[in-house]
Amino acid sequence: MCLGIPGRVVETFIEHDVMMGKVDFGGVFKQVCLNLTPDAEVGKYVIVHVGFALQVIDESEAEKVFEFLQHMDDLQELRAGEEDANVEGAP
Amino acid sequence: MKFQAEYRDLVAAKKLQRAIGEIVTQPWTIMEVCGGQTHTIVRYGIDELLPDEVELVHGPGCPVCVTPLELIDKAIEIASCDDVIFCSFGDMLRVPGSRHDLFEIKASGGDVRIVYSPLDCLKVAEQNPDRTVVFFAVGFETTAPANAMAVWQAKKRRIDNFAVLVSHVLVPPAMESILSSPNHRVQGFLGAGHVCSVMGYEDYEPLATRYQVPIVVTGFEPVDLLEGIYRCVRMLEQGKIGVDNQYARAVKREGSRVAQGLIKEVFEVTDRKWRGIGTIPHSGFRLRSEYERFDAEQRFAVGDVQVRESSKCISGMVLQGIHKPHECPAFGKECTPEHPLGATMVSSEGACAAYYNYGRLLESHQPSCSSTLAGKPAIVPLPTD
Repeated sequence: MCLGIPGRVVETFIEHDVMMGKVDFGGVFKQVCLNLTPDAEVGKYVIVHVGFALQVIDESEAEKVFEFLQHMDDLQELRAGEEDANVEGAP
Repeated sequence: MKFQAEYRDLVAAKKLQRAIGEIVTQPWTIMEVCGGQTHTIVRYGIDELLPDEVELVHGPGCPVCVTPLELIDKAIEIASCDDVIFCSFGDMLRVPGSRHDLFEIKASGGDVRIVYSPLDCLKVAEQNPDRTVVFFAVGFETTAPANAMAVWQAKKRRIDNFAVLVSHVLVPPAMESILSSPNHRVQGFLGAGHVCSVMGYEDYEPLATRYQVPIVVTGFEPVDLLEGIYRCVRMLEQGKIGVDNQYARAVKREGSRVAQGLIKEVFEVTDRKWRGIGTIPHSGFRLRSEYERFDAEQRFAVGDVQVRESSKCISGMVLQGIHKPHECPAFGKECTPEHPLGATMVSSEGACAAYYNYGRLLESHQPSCSSTLAGKPAIVPLPTD
């Protein structure tokens, strides 16, 4: 019921004094109400639920989990490097 | 699709799985509140990826499931009227009332229509001025602004042949109801991401403090859920309470002030009955007096409908995370998605329906490689006895 799908705004227009838009969901286009997201512009991504954009997606925040995972990988490599150094330094 | 495919990435999921395993030192029970999250967890086998110490229990976050049986009966009564066009989101049509469901009313000639957005109902009302268009306004805070906008527009555009049958429920009072129960098992929560995208998470902070629990606002894709679980386990291990936000790409602390303003304009908080749980104080919305003329319950004078739930169903316990679906004697036998006895089997987002649809029929469910994250759930063959 609370399903929200990300889509890209491709057009904006006013209908009955309400900001509306055409949103592209990977090739499927739907008319969406943009009234709740005044900062939704053409080219931005929005989360859409029952024909309403709830929020503009913050693209920099979307990257953070992958930066965190990369950081984890770097730590793993560092740990592995330390272990190798210890092995090399063993008598 | 951007912002979706990368969050279903197996490599990222496995890294998070390993990270959870590295930090956990003792058993923890975490509840995901939202039915959409329950569905993802069971579909992708997220719970099977977790170490034995981390148990997920499923919360009451499926509005379709918790809509009271008497309200379904009222919807059916209204939809049966000759001069009514009854509009609803698709998932409400197959929810059984005491004797029928909305699909049966449609099949027997009733004008029942599935809409994508509540605004579609206004177009239908304008096209049919001699009939009354009634919309079944069901949902959590996520859906409330859309439904509020439809009512607000109807008033503004003087579309008087439009009404709403309201059954809106709110998440924080349900969480509080669970936490104040003496036999609850929940030590941490995954908060419902889309509810918070509308309402923010300021209201969750006092809840976390009062009940000494971590709450992690979480998204809906597999990587979102694993990261949410990782953050929640980390808080539990460190003895931290409070609210963390995993779903920051779509959730701000303050939520959407525009959406909240629209909700407050049209709705006010009221007590609501939850199917499987009972009445929870201040846990729902009703129309404000200024918008009362759009209230379908008043317009159609559908009185108090008396209904009785199955005595075998333990959905109330499942909704509160006290029991798992397969601990119910009726699960998969008298109670299936085709013939549901109770709340958690009526929608695909209900815990019982999710367990049934993805082959979780036994308590000793063996990991079935449904954790492929390839978008193809593993279906365990059903027993043939």
